[in-house]
Amino acid sequence: MTGDALGVVAATTLASGVEFVEALTIVLAMGTTRGWRSTLIGVGAALATLAVITALAGYALKSWLPEALLQLVVGSLLLIFGLQWLRKAILRAAGLKALHDEEDTFREEVEAARAAGEERRLGLDWFAFVVSFKGVFLEGLEIVFIVITFGLNADSIALATVGAAIGGVIVLAAGLALHKPLARVPENTIKFVVGLLLSTFGTFWAVEGLGWFGPDDASLSWPGGDAALLVLLAAWCALAWATVRLLAPRARQEVA
Amino acid sequence: MRFVKGFGRFWWDFIVGDDWRIAAGVVVVLAAGALLVANTSAPDGVVAAVVAVGIVAVAIGSIAASALRARGR
Repeated sequence: MTGDALGVVAATTLASGVEFVEALTIVLAMGTTRGWRSTLIGVGAALATLAVITALAGYALKSWLPEALLQLVVGSLLLIFGLQWLRKAILRAAGLKALHDEEDTFREEVEAARAAGEERRLGLDWFAFVVSFKGVFLEGLEIVFIVITFGLNADSIALATVGAAIGGVIVLAAGLALHKPLARVPENTIKFVVGLLLSTFGTFWAVEGLGWFGPDDASLSWPGGDAALLVLLAAWCALAWATVRLLAPRARQEVA
Repeated sequence: MRFVKGFGRFWWDFIVGDDWRIAAGVVVVLAAGALLVANTSAPDGVVAAVVAVGIVAVAIGSIAASALRARGR
């Protein structure tokens, strides 16, 4: 497996896993309080919608854009997305932003589910259907975005989809086995790793795509080719490590 | 109209997120890189280095601004 392919599988598996943890919390809250039928129909509808979006967006982008422009567009989006993940992960690691707590989210969702009225549409408990649909769709949309961008740039949507499916299956299997939210998953650590990978590949592809503005529309080349990915990853890791070290002691002093 | 607003808001939140500086900074740095490629014959490695340094600067600026905001609360 090449470095590109390994990065695709690692990034999509981790991103999908961490997003599925959040979706699973919402689905479990709805299923255990409002019943499983409408909840699971909502999950199925969301997954089907996401599959259609992946196929249509993937096909359209691949068919309509020249290679360098495609790299520029998806690289830029990936970079913006990755830097957002990385910024939040750094702030959480430094103690400047609250960690995501799945048990708190689960309690809030259960309270909302109990307080909601009974409304039936199309034979479904509409509240359970809508909340589980929205939960899976919104969390899943981030996965779709990552699958499409990584898949197109590495020329393997299939590999990216396999990576995302692995992450989803692992989380769902663990959730079904435990029958409670996966509160012990080190979400911030995983988001940190995903943020680093997205920023690395985003920088790499966005720069390659700048070649579209050149005289021959061909992608730019990084010195060292794919090996530049390792240098970029090391640079992002060093930046993240340095900023956390710089910010964390000050945050602790302020709390004390 | 409400649907269009909601649709636009959704995509803004999804892509730009809660810190617009990152998206704006990335666009500015890549636009500078595009100008460099279009108007000079700078080697690929130089363009890559300049853009990479610019992107790292955007990341540092955004993290610093967020940390200052978090402390101000």
